[in-house]
Amino acid sequence: MPNDVAIIGVGQSAFVRGYEGSIRELAFEAYREAMKDAGISNSDIGASIICSAPEYDKQRSPSGLIAEYLGLNPQPTFAIETVCSSSTTGIRVAYSLIKSGLHDIVVVLGFQKMSEISSADSQERMGRGADIMWESPFGTMMPAYYAMHARAHFARYGSTEKDLALIRVKAAKYGALNEKAVYRKGVELEQCLTADVVASPLKRFDCCANADGSSCLIMASAEKAREISQKPVWVMGLGSGTASLTMTGREALDGLNCARVAAKQAYEMAGVGPQDIDVAEVHDCFTIAELMAYENLGFAEPGKGVELIREGETYIGGKIPVNVDGGLLSKGHPIGATGGSQVRTIVLQLRNEAGDIQVPGAEIGLVHNIGGVGIYGNVIILGR
Amino acid sequence: MGFEKFGRVSFTAQTKAGAFVEYLEKGELRGTRCRSCGRVYFPPRADCSFCLSSDMEWFKVEGQGSLVSFTRVNYGPTGFESDVPYILALVDFNGTRVFGRLGKDVPEEQIAVGMIVKAVTSTLPGGQISYEFLPV
Ligand SMILES: [Zn+2]
Repeated sequence: MPNDVAIIGVGQSAFVRGYEGSIRELAFEAYREAMKDAGISNSDIGASIICSAPEYDKQRSPSGLIAEYLGLNPQPTFAIETVCSSSTTGIRVAYSLIKSGLHDIVVVLGFQKMSEISSADSQERMGRGADIMWESPFGTMMPAYYAMHARAHFARYGSTEKDLALIRVKAAKYGALNEKAVYRKGVELEQCLTADVVASPLKRFDCCANADGSSCLIMASAEKAREISQKPVWVMGLGSGTASLTMTGREALDGLNCARVAAKQAYEMAGVGPQDIDVAEVHDCFTIAELMAYENLGFAEPGKGVELIREGETYIGGKIPVNVDGGLLSKGHPIGATGGSQVRTIVLQLRNEAGDIQVPGAEIGLVHNIGGVGIYGNVIILGR
Repeated sequence: MGFEKFGRVSFTAQTKAGAFVEYLEKGELRGTRCRSCGRVYFPPRADCSFCLSSDMEWFKVEGQGSLVSFTRVNYGPTGFESDVPYILALVDFNGTRVFGRLGKDVPEEQIAVGMIVKAVTSTLPGGQISYEFLPV
């Protein structure tokens, strides 16, 4: 297993509705927590990578502004964007900066203030998340795309709306335990099944909670990590893939190929398989996305993902605990901050610092972070 | 110019595949085929990513297709508020996949994956032009 690059500090703001502050202050919250966690100072940082989806930013080129506010001048800073997977793409870039020897310590800062723009502006941007020439003119939105994936999965494998609801019930159980989650209430099965239909078969509770938030990771070379950190968590494997933005270019809708591609790379690099993963964070922007992730990551055979949730195997105590921090569904999904928050959860798990949601004895963890409707896929395997 | 006539809300006016709209006006749904390597594209493209040629010809998407997936959308983005609910669909015409909407009058109980449909061109309020899928 490669252990050339480690994560030596993690931080996350609370994920909230309508953050009462500016984007620079939001970014600072995660940064301060990560820097205190790492026990280093600004002059130790070689470069910063700022991750957000720019359609939500009013500030043009926010990386310059945020680097200044964090006290990271005159070091280099730049933006990385792959929509909802921006901050795990940031990790991929940080890994290469460190492994190349260009920098010893790199900050990956993800943020999104979704409430920075009005809800009318947000509705307008949502329509343009698809191919604007060939699909947006029909009135597409993110829930509609995942709904079509769900319908195809149902048709091929016999999965049901109830299976999806079970995934939300799990997310809500753990979201209630996470003090940084935006949605902290429990959700009953019946409540999921009778909620407003957004895009059939997806209903209100099948969709993730909108939130403002930030996340921050401090990454370091092996030499620096051993010198500075008492509890480094190692990047064992990294995988990254893409698939066509247009639905017409996808071979099948019952899974996400970008995730399959990324998982294969990450497992190979780490020298482990799905059976070796003790705890996972997967991109559950919609309940169906978690079900597809079970299969695309190899936790279950294609079509057998439903058995994991029906039998409670993705709860703590099960075969493979998934999203025990509430996931995007309950913790919230501030686009640019999401991947970094997922990684933070796994880092805390591997350090045995996850509190109420600790998976006992977790040694190897996995993060699956998807950008857009399966356009970009990142899988990261971490070990202690 | 000209491509802005396509769809309920258009976001693109200029494309080298603009003849698509002229064909729609004649009642034809067309994709492109690369004259150099034979690759077939829907949605149509001006350039072939397989052999890098830009020598393309237009072919008709005809006959019957099979419904790959669908969703009934209850909340639309800006510009589509008065359309909801509508049904988005992906249809396979013998290996050529087409994204669009099912006809407004198709009863929901009748809709299922695998359902056989045809594509027909349609004129929308305001003179915009599009296509939709109807059961056969
Ligand atoms: Zn060609």
